[in-house]
Amino acid sequence: MIRASILGGSGYGGGELLRLLLGHPEVDVAQVSSRRLVGKPVGRAHPNLRGHTSLRFSDPGDLEPCDILFLALPHGQASAGWDGIEGLAPRIIDLSADFRLQDPERYEPHYGSHPRPDVVGRFTYGLAEIDREAVRRATHVATGGCNATVTLLGLLPFFAAGLADPNLTVVDVKVGSSEGGAEPNPGSHHPVRSGIVRPYAATGHRHTAEIESVLSRYGPPVRVHMSVSAVDMVRGAAALSHVFLIEPMKAKEVWAVLRDHWDGHPFVRIVAERAGTHRLPEPRLLAGTNFCDVGFELDPFSNRLVVASAIDNLVKGSAGQAVQAMNLMMGWEETAGLGFVGLFPA
Amino acid sequence: MSVLTVAECPVCGGDVEITPDVIVGELLDCDDCGSEIEVRTLTPVRLEVAPTPAEDWGE
Repeated sequence: MIRASILGGSGYGGGELLRLLLGHPEVDVAQVSSRRLVGKPVGRAHPNLRGHTSLRFSDPGDLEPCDILFLALPHGQASAGWDGIEGLAPRIIDLSADFRLQDPERYEPHYGSHPRPDVVGRFTYGLAEIDREAVRRATHVATGGCNATVTLLGLLPFFAAGLADPNLTVVDVKVGSSEGGAEPNPGSHHPVRSGIVRPYAATGHRHTAEIESVLSRYGPPVRVHMSVSAVDMVRGAAALSHVFLIEPMKAKEVWAVLRDHWDGHPFVRIVAERAGTHRLPEPRLLAGTNFCDVGFELDPFSNRLVVASAIDNLVKGSAGQAVQAMNLMMGWEETAGLGFVGLFPA
Repeated sequence: MSVLTVAECPVCGGDVEITPDVIVGELLDCDDCGSEIEVRTLTPVRLEVAPTPAEDWGE
């Protein structure tokens, strides 16, 4: 067993991480920190874990060295506190956006000047489906953003195969309220948020940079035109990506592209059924799981391929992705501790 | 049950198992895309998508 600790464990991402790590066959959770809840049982912030662990929140300054450290901090804090963090563990996984983007030209328009550009190069992008071997070799991993994850896993096969127009992909993402984090704000107040379909980033969403950065690895620079709307669900991110194919394709050919690309990836499922009620991916069925479901429909009147993808933003979009990366870094079974298949009805 | 042969789903290209007890006219389900497929002939095996009632999904 290895000793894992979580820096910043009172938020939703930290809570999911704790839930997954407590059930992991190879991990002992040593400490979980929260500045606000020092000394309180972790169940105070994560009531689903009551009776499941005797852990109490530690002061961040009291964290002791461990084998692997997870950073579940608000944006900017991992960078700001890096000098006090890096010596705590030989392996570090950051769930924030601080170290995801290697290129300052992609980082700065969305996040401003990077406070620690000297550290960025030490981190590997943690979405295992992009480069599993790189994650396996890494000691420092930055997990992908939730909206970037759901979009990338839908688009990747078509850009990797050079089938998509690199300038003309439109992505429409719908997200649940948990993406906004555990701290309330005027926009999350129940009378304000309940029942909404609120476009909150019609243009310029931060994760666009991440998506373009990854997809551009496979060919010419890629432009993705993304809009994100908040909808009335708690967990989940669902993307409809409108891809314009360079050459027309038949459904069987699209199936072949998806099968070839995702063969051997245990957490990506192709969901494009012609019968039943659940024909294309839906985030509700994925709550609590580390799956990303990917499906498609071809527009019979144009070269448009509509790719549908869905995840649980807190699991595959954050904590589950981090555990998957840890499994690879440690040389364990990639799926260890991530076997939950979801609930139906949920 | 032993598998007589594997045929290609006419919709998605996935494998559809044709077991020895399958008869002409039988409806099979594709495990990959969920299509209902009708067995039109067995020698050789010829599959076609079975007609399904159209749904408007609330539109």
